[in-house]
Amino acid sequence: MFRNVAELVELAETNNKKISDIMIEQEMEVRNKTREEVFDTMERNLTVMEEAVERGLQGVKSHSGLTGGDAVLIQKYIESGKSLSGTLLLDAVSKAVATNEVNAAMGTICATPTAGSAGVVPGTLFAVQNKLNPTREEKLRFLFTSGAFGFVVANNASISGAAGGCQAEVGSAAGMAAAAITEMAGGTPSQCAEAMAITLKNMLGLVCDPVAGLVEVPCVKRNAMGAANAMVAADMALAGVTSKIPCDEVIDAMYKIGQTMPVALRETAQGGLAATPTGRELEAKIFGFSLNKKS
Amino acid sequence: MKYKSVFDIIGPVMIGPSSSHTAGAARIGKMARELFGREPEWANISFYGSFAKTYKGHGTDVAIIGGLMDFETDDVRIIEAKQIAKEKGIRIKIREEESLTDHPNTARIRLGDKDGDIELVGISIGGGKIEIIELNGFELSLTGHHPAILVVHEDRFGAVAAVSTVLAKHKMNIGKMDVSRQDVGKMALMTIEVDQNVEDALLHELKALPEVTQVTKITD
Repeated sequence: MFRNVAELVELAETNNKKISDIMIEQEMEVRNKTREEVFDTMERNLTVMEEAVERGLQGVKSHSGLTGGDAVLIQKYIESGKSLSGTLLLDAVSKAVATNEVNAAMGTICATPTAGSAGVVPGTLFAVQNKLNPTREEKLRFLFTSGAFGFVVANNASISGAAGGCQAEVGSAAGMAAAAITEMAGGTPSQCAEAMAITLKNMLGLVCDPVAGLVEVPCVKRNAMGAANAMVAADMALAGVTSKIPCDEVIDAMYKIGQTMPVALRETAQGGLAATPTGRELEAKIFGFSLNKKS
Repeated sequence: MKYKSVFDIIGPVMIGPSSSHTAGAARIGKMARELFGREPEWANISFYGSFAKTYKGHGTDVAIIGGLMDFETDDVRIIEAKQIAKEKGIRIKIREEESLTDHPNTARIRLGDKDGDIELVGISIGGGKIEIIELNGFELSLTGHHPAILVVHEDRFGAVAAVSTVLAKHKMNIGKMDVSRQDVGKMALMTIEVDQNVEDALLHELKALPEVTQVTKITD
């Protein structure tokens, strides 16, 4: 069983395998399942992701009215042909937004690694598939590679916003996605780790400050930027750019930053954007009172 | 390692909006129901930390109530769980607690019916994964990832040996075993994680042991 990214990469490279192979084999061993059973379970998750994106792109609205409809706006803008940052990048952004808008509307999603960060991995997958034309198996492998890196973060740091801030959720998700994009595009296991490191470095310190405690503002847009970050970092890693700080040390830094983060900035809706005048106003409007003034 | 499967990371499939505050809460509720062994007639739920501050926005309350009615994390009935519980006549009380707990996402649930009640503490550690850390005043660590047997027994010599002898007779391998007690010589709780689901015959045999007062099983 791999305990960190260094071991994961070494296992893959010495055996001339992909990161996804290592994750699939470990899953078979730990859960005592056949290869087919493991793929079947992932297939169900992939289907849920596809349905969520599809639903989000048709337009949804959350119960609070805070989020919904932005995925549609971005798709229309892409179609206008005026996009500055590029169709592929914006497509990933819109699909990440679509998933999180469905999540905010209490729709069915697949947590990757959490629900609040569920947009990044499928958003990037369903965008890059248009360029790379992967087979069904390669799409499932994308999820196993994401899972392998998420597995390391979850065991050595945290994937909980309440424990480690948004860097632990969207930060982890973006790093996982960057690694998976890199593998799908033909990158080596080392390049996957570089992509993860580059992404997570740029997510360090990100706090969890949801307005009214809802997984909506700023969560939906953080997923958008997580997806963009993952796409750019994957491109950088594929170009041969490396991270001076090794991936495992970046993960460790993320963990330590999370531990020193004030409670007000860890999913308590007491600080950051949640505590802005507008954040407070929205909260009071949604619940008919301010949660924190009530004792 | 707390996370053992890739599906702890890619998954669960769930009703939004939060894996820790919605899916994790549903799993804590479901585990409470399983430990109680039947649908409760009432439940008093106390939220701590981030759960207390944000449960309304995350649907933590409806998710736990759904779990108490045996709903899975992806069961759309979670959204209407409060109404469904009301129709079934299940009385629910929710409290927001101010005191600090070790983990920010903590819930204490007391649930019961005319025949008895139990109290437990569950934490949601991220990505939908949970642990039950206290049951009727006993400390334990139960994740629901393996089948398990919980045995309440007298705290005296021979109790562990008697229980493990029965397990050996039924060819059950023990993956992990914890013993926790409130006071020396009084009652203790054995938490035994095993590899395969537990047959009722084994449970009856355990219940018949003179040292044992209560046996509960958790299925995978």
